[in-house]
Amino acid sequence: MTEPTTNPWPLWEVFVRANRGLSHVHVGSLLAPDAEMAVRNARDLYTRRGEGVSIWVVRADDVTTSDPDAKDAFFETAAGKNYRHAVYYTASEGVPHL
Amino acid sequence: MTSPADAHDADAQRAFDDLIANERRIEPRDWMPEAYRKTLIRQISQHAHSEIIGMQPEGNWITRAPSLKRKAILIAKVQDEAGHGLYLYSAAQTLGITRDEMTDQLIDGRARYSSIFNYPTPTWADMGAIGWLVDGAAICNQVPLCRASYGPYARAMVRICKEESFHQRQGFEILLALMQGSPEQRVMAQDAVDRWYWPSLAMFGPPDDQSPNSAQSMAWKIKRFSNDELRRRFVGMLVPQAEALGVTLPDPDLRYDADQGVTAMGEIDWDDFFAVLRGDGPCNAERIQRRRTAHEEGAWVREAAAAYAAKQAAPRTEAA
Amino acid sequence: MSTADAAAHVTVESLRLSAELAGSDSRAPSADVAAYALRLGDDALILSQQLGAWISRAPEIEEDVALGNIALDLLGHARALLRYAGSWDGRTEDDLAYFRDEAEFRSCWLVEQPNGGFAQTIARQFVAATFMVELYARLRTSTDATLAAIAEKAAKEVDYHRDHAVQWVLRLAGGTAKSRRRMLRALNDVWPYVDELFRDDALIDRLDGTAVRPSELRDGFDTVVSTVLGEAGVPVPDVHPSAAGGRNGEHSVWLSGILAEMQVLARRHPGARW
Repeated sequence: MTEPTTNPWPLWEVFVRANRGLSHVHVGSLLAPDAEMAVRNARDLYTRRGEGVSIWVVRADDVTTSDPDAKDAFFETAAGKNYRHAVYYTASEGVPHL
Repeated sequence: MTSPADAHDADAQRAFDDLIANERRIEPRDWMPEAYRKTLIRQISQHAHSEIIGMQPEGNWITRAPSLKRKAILIAKVQDEAGHGLYLYSAAQTLGITRDEMTDQLIDGRARYSSIFNYPTPTWADMGAIGWLVDGAAICNQVPLCRASYGPYARAMVRICKEESFHQRQGFEILLALMQGSPEQRVMAQDAVDRWYWPSLAMFGPPDDQSPNSAQSMAWKIKRFSNDELRRRFVGMLVPQAEALGVTLPDPDLRYDADQGVTAMGEIDWDDFFAVLRGDGPCNAERIQRRRTAHEEGAWVREAAAAYAAKQAAPRTEAA
Repeated sequence: MSTADAAAHVTVESLRLSAELAGSDSRAPSADVAAYALRLGDDALILSQQLGAWISRAPEIEEDVALGNIALDLLGHARALLRYAGSWDGRTEDDLAYFRDEAEFRSCWLVEQPNGGFAQTIARQFVAATFMVELYARLRTSTDATLAAIAEKAAKEVDYHRDHAVQWVLRLAGGTAKSRRRMLRALNDVWPYVDELFRDDALIDRLDGTAVRPSELRDGFDTVVSTVLGEAGVPVPDVHPSAAGGRNGEHSVWLSGILAEMQVLARRHPGARW
């Protein structure tokens, strides 16, 4: 792969909150020289049709991801712990407001 | 004897195949066959370049649009194309290629983009024909891509398709206004339809028996329908729309049956299509040159902003 | 429907559309109010026309989108103002934009100055947007309800335009030696046209309470300019003001070229609908 060439602007990941009460959701990325410009570019690019009320931008380099190769092991622990889910508790089924 | 690495790859390949078979999405950090990655990078970056180069034939008319309302619509449309290019560059970047590499490929003439944008736009009616026919063909091609197996690509396409429905409608309405106008305007509209009809059909790609990469792309569920199938479906949609407009589609061999759809159509001039693809189109050089000039003349601005960001960041780092 | 299919679901969204142009059903009450609306509308129109020419030529694609947004906002202001100006004597926004000659335009010389390079455009934007922020903030309290409504919408948008220009003035002035040189030169090039923005005349005198008195905007403008240029470490240019007479229909050499391009198609088909 060739080295990145001339563009000195880093990549930013963009998260938009569509409405009050909702989480910020990842919508894509963009290039910007710094955080101030990134948030402005994100406004112009990702909210042209009123899609958002709040924007987060994060340097793509600053995002740490769980190891994709270890994903089965990493998320395995949740499996089998059925007692974390409300549907596990069948005896209380049919009791009002429970 | 298989090495641990081979065993790992075989497992990963199996996991990948299962995801594809079960209509699940492949995501950026997943293992994927190198050929799948390369195919996607090629397809997504070509698609992004098409959006960016596609800004030019219409952008040329922003300053000359014949009414202020049309000017506003055209600015919004060309701006959307810039946006779509960026959504797609962003999807391609998740596969390990940078915007710079893609830009370099484009302005060096190494990358392809849709050859439709190498045709000129001599009249205002071209704005209508591009919206109706070119965006119409693009949407036909793109809606199935919303279900492409690669997650970031599919998500970008959903966003793009939603926005492009406006593009096709505004193009149709430009032609409709012309067809309801003076005799001169009607001639202008028909002429543009005559010039854009065949190139828009060529956008679906070569006939199925001459499309070497199609089978693999279908197997990977990047592509969902064959070129000819989509082309036929598109023409079927155009016929009643052309009737509503009062324009004639320039294909004397076209036979359409309301129940059966398109039953016969003329042959595309593939020699012309491949000539334009190779770079012999009327505007190939001009389009690339404009992109290169904008990129090169913008270098000092990008450098300035980066230098400013570095200076602003420096004191904070020292303080921390 | 599986999650994946839900993600791939594409529809044309139904939504209630907001009014396209602010104050779009009212008629200007006098020739003077119409003349004033025309003045503001012409500034917005010419500036929008110029910014529209940047699209696909900006230093980065993100900036194509940003300049496109600003051009669109300004075009919206121009359409609302020209519609209102034309309502006085039965002309449409397009009659005014496309079928007036140079001497009938009332735009200021600042907005007629060429795009030049990115620094020139930013310098022009910085001055124009800073002026417009002051202007629309006051016009919101105009005794003319339509002008007040147009100003209400425009005020929020030009605030963003000014912010955009300020960010770029800071970055170009504080970036590299080359960008600083270009930013300084660009500011010097546009500064002769600042003075014209703040000149009062007989029309303004007659529209007391309806129009904003330009001379009263100067202090607010100067404060913002000295703050921003102070932060950028750039002196406020000290140049002779141009005798620019755009408000009387005496224009810079640039306007005829801008109009020739803007009007070429519409004039070839007089009376046509598009």
